[in-house]
Amino acid sequence: MSNLRFWASGLLLVLVGWLLGRLVSNEYAFFAGYSVLQYILLATAWNILGGYAGYVNFGTAAFFALGAYVSVALNKLYAPPLPVLIVAGGVASGLVGLLMGSLTLKLRGVFFSIATLALAIVSQAVITNWEFVGGASGAYVLRPRQGPLGGSYIEYLFYTMLVMAVAAVALARTIERSRFGYGLAAIRDDEAAAEASGVPTLKLKLLATVASGTLMGMAGAPLPFYVAYLDPPSAFNLAYAVNTIAMPLVGGTGTWIGPVLGAILLTVVQETAMVTISSAANLLIVGLLMVGFITLAPNGIVGMVRKIREGRR
Amino acid sequence: MSDALLVVEGLTKRFGGFTALSDISLSIQPGERLGLIGPNGSGKSTFTNCISGTLPIDAGSVTLDGRRLDGLPPHQRTRLGLARSFQLPRPFGSLTVAENLRVPMLYAGRGGTDTEAELLEMVGLGGKALQRPGDLTQVEMRKLELARAMAASPRLLVADEAMAGLSNSEVDEILALLLRLNAQGVTIVLIEHIMRAVMAFSQRLVCLVAGRKIADGDPQDVIRNDDVLKAYLGE
Repeated sequence: MSNLRFWASGLLLVLVGWLLGRLVSNEYAFFAGYSVLQYILLATAWNILGGYAGYVNFGTAAFFALGAYVSVALNKLYAPPLPVLIVAGGVASGLVGLLMGSLTLKLRGVFFSIATLALAIVSQAVITNWEFVGGASGAYVLRPRQGPLGGSYIEYLFYTMLVMAVAAVALARTIERSRFGYGLAAIRDDEAAAEASGVPTLKLKLLATVASGTLMGMAGAPLPFYVAYLDPPSAFNLAYAVNTIAMPLVGGTGTWIGPVLGAILLTVVQETAMVTISSAANLLIVGLLMVGFITLAPNGIVGMVRKIREGRR
Repeated sequence: MSDALLVVEGLTKRFGGFTALSDISLSIQPGERLGLIGPNGSGKSTFTNCISGTLPIDAGSVTLDGRRLDGLPPHQRTRLGLARSFQLPRPFGSLTVAENLRVPMLYAGRGGTDTEAELLEMVGLGGKALQRPGDLTQVEMRKLELARAMAASPRLLVADEAMAGLSNSEVDEILALLLRLNAQGVTIVLIEHIMRAVMAFSQRLVCLVAGRKIADGDPQDVIRNDDVLKAYLGE
């Protein structure tokens, strides 16, 4: 896809989303749409470090929940507008990414992943014991009735998430084709050979961790308003970590479109299952899809399509 | 020899109680073709890793064109002009052959005028630009390894056993390639077991045995040196 076409499609998507929103009167459509967009954002964020650089992060929930809890805390102090909360959540999670990265990125591969898991557990313990944001009993957040652009507040949350998701995908695509992206790909394929080719591996890994963490924090910032009641078990839910890994894997890591496809497919399947079968079937379905794709199509949907196309030629 | 390109002084490397390299001193002139030989386990690859920064050294110094390299990470040494190829080719498997060269060009290319296509043409991978490294043959993989090192436009290239396991005619291909690179002004250290290639290539020969430099000089003299013969053939 050429640059012009990509940017035009992105803008068009935002416009169409907004227009559709004006026509829809069913609140559930916004709830479901928000969920899809939130996962596009999270999966894209995860893919910058996990897909491009090959560093698997099990701590998505930590970055995401941190963004949400920064929102809760700031909202309690002086209730700034949503964009301010999003920026604050992003900065906080980006800083945590920087700190964690500088401590753990000298570790390679699996050791880094274990460290991210530890981060998720430690941060949940900290939040559970922080009374100001509700501690173990959770926090209620009053969702305003009206959004600042007219329409309901859920509608406003939906548009906000739409803009963030499109921007994140655009960022990921820009990274993929940049000098930075080639450096990350080299790290993923062979770190020693990357160093020998002049790639400052530590610096690039740190940058990718910060970018990925920032986007996850931004994704979490509107969450308290979306759920209206936030407690640590739901903010740090295993589903966030599992889904953000499963989505790029199912869609295809290493390209910007993979996480988008995976996020749409998995969220739609899960939402459908929740309404039709049972709300407990979610993770089971994700697990089965993940096992299926890893064994049958290790390069995800993108890899499958590429194979079929190359076969035709 | 103040005008030397690379000066190694008193380089010592220990792994626990084992001394892998002991007090190695060596200097290389710009444009030189140096052969480095030694039996298995004599420290040749450790030496490569020490000067390229992959391993920290315990004592001594490495200086490239008057600049101390001690403590610099490998990527900075590559940017300063010291490139190395790996003994077993380590291509970037998910990138195309051309993109494999693009990485060092983006990160370490120092204003060289070579493009990816020119470089591929020079090493004889002209038609393979869009293939993945996994589809290449062994000898093509070695050429890619050398081309990637060259894409960083180095002044000194350390080729670590670039010919091991290749057939006679393939050895000649790589040899011709290295001579061509040298003719373009690149100083080359060739680490190799294949004596025919080493003798054809080297202007000067250095021999390591058990982490010590036991000979350094004209290739014909070095291979007749008693210590060298003893190391290879026994008493």
